[in-house]
Amino acid sequence: MRSIYMDHVGTNPLHPEVLEEMLPFLKDNFANPLSLYEPAVKAKEAIENARERTALLINAKPNEIIFTSSGAESNNFAVKGIALAGQKKGKHIITSRIEHHSITNTGRFLEKSGFAVTYLPVDKNGLIDPADVQKAITDETVLISIIHASPEIGTIEPIAEIAKIARAKKVIIHTDAVVTAGNIPVDVRSLDVDLLTLSAHQFYGPKGAAALYLKEGTRIIPLIYGGIQEGGRRAGTENVPAIVGMGKAAELARKEMDARINYLKPLRESMISDTLKNIKKVTLTGHPEQRLPGHASFVVEFIEGEAMLLLLAGKGIYCASGSACTSRALKSSPVLASIGVPDHIAQGSVVFSIGQGTTEDDINYFNKTFPEVINRLREMSPFTDGWEGLEDTPCTVKK
Amino acid sequence: MYSQKMMDHFSNPRNVGEIPDADGIGSEGNPVCGDMMKIFIKVEDGKITDAKFKTFGCGAAIAVSSMITEMAKGKTIDEALSITKESVAEALDGLPAQKQHCSNLGADALHKAIADYKSKHSA
Repeated sequence: MRSIYMDHVGTNPLHPEVLEEMLPFLKDNFANPLSLYEPAVKAKEAIENARERTALLINAKPNEIIFTSSGAESNNFAVKGIALAGQKKGKHIITSRIEHHSITNTGRFLEKSGFAVTYLPVDKNGLIDPADVQKAITDETVLISIIHASPEIGTIEPIAEIAKIARAKKVIIHTDAVVTAGNIPVDVRSLDVDLLTLSAHQFYGPKGAAALYLKEGTRIIPLIYGGIQEGGRRAGTENVPAIVGMGKAAELARKEMDARINYLKPLRESMISDTLKNIKKVTLTGHPEQRLPGHASFVVEFIEGEAMLLLLAGKGIYCASGSACTSRALKSSPVLASIGVPDHIAQGSVVFSIGQGTTEDDINYFNKTFPEVINRLREMSPFTDGWEGLEDTPCTVKK
Repeated sequence: MYSQKMMDHFSNPRNVGEIPDADGIGSEGNPVCGDMMKIFIKVEDGKITDAKFKTFGCGAAIAVSSMITEMAKGKTIDEALSITKESVAEALDGLPAQKQHCSNLGADALHKAIADYKSKHSA
């Protein structure tokens, strides 16, 4: 059976050249980079080489890269580390309603510890208005953390404009660039951010390796105390093979970036235009142009996302959904609510993200199959033209 | 996550549709919550001779709709009233715990369809 992977914002396969470069450190060289004998020195050199390559990807200096285990760790580290380092100045943080859970849940944790957190709204395309950031800043604000692009709706945020405001007000700014770094140009100097999260498996590197860019001279409190790894800022024996893989993946991403983007965009455009042309009552979510190159997300009225996801999987198309039934917590995506999608329509959420392995043939198959799946589920639905009889009451089902 | 039987009833649902001259119609759920089920029954001599459904919802909700209409067909009204959420879930070889509350609406919808039939035929 066909299997077409369209969940690249979830994770990506390992690039074969990345695996090649990792193998020696999974097989023969298992030395701890802290030690002084030859294999250990080689492992240490491999890490520093990976640091240079990762730094180059985002135009940072090597000493500004701290390796971590995941994007979630980098986000926790950034928000907690800057909040704690700055709490003498004040206890206020600004973020948005479309952040990853590793930002919002860290925000909730800090709220319980006496911090105030502002969650900025977005417009119907998912864009944050820099003027809202300006208005939210107080004398107490120690950090602004805004996602570079949302994996759910694909919208790319105006980080450089927001950073300009942060800079003028002398507030530290972090961006979660997990789905952008390695996929679209990300330059920490032109964005002018103080911290930035990136993750290797989002650009064909391995899982278990990620990084936090921390601008030289920025004070942070560690998340993990222990040894002197990563300049004492992140303890724990280094995951050498994964870090080496991240370095190689970063090098490839930098070299191939334009070609990769140019490959994805027309395929994505075909998915979006075909879907909107051939299926009624379907809406693109997120910004129509200012979005991730391989990202197409929709809400489909009158049917539910998990059912769509399962039927598509049955036809070999693997994708994601923000519907309540899809999430283990049975809650619809707060991102869809924040762009104004009502709950009953958010149930029909479906997110496709394509990658370098996606072929034109895959897209043709998708364009043929997606309407079939929708029609099949709509034949089962009690709603056909409108949401007739929809009770205006909120959901009271005990979940 | 889902049993083979559930996936079979989801992928090849039985009794999809409406009965234009139904003797009883029952609906349960709310699309705001993610699931809504509408069940149509045809009754002759106290026996359910046909049952069909229209459902908005996840895989479990569709499988439950398919299974409950299969279970109801051929049963007397009283027998059908003894079908419970638990017996539907069991017939599907189990449902994930988190789907039990929100997606297993079939028994309630069927009981409502029977109540509708009774209210129309009480005279």
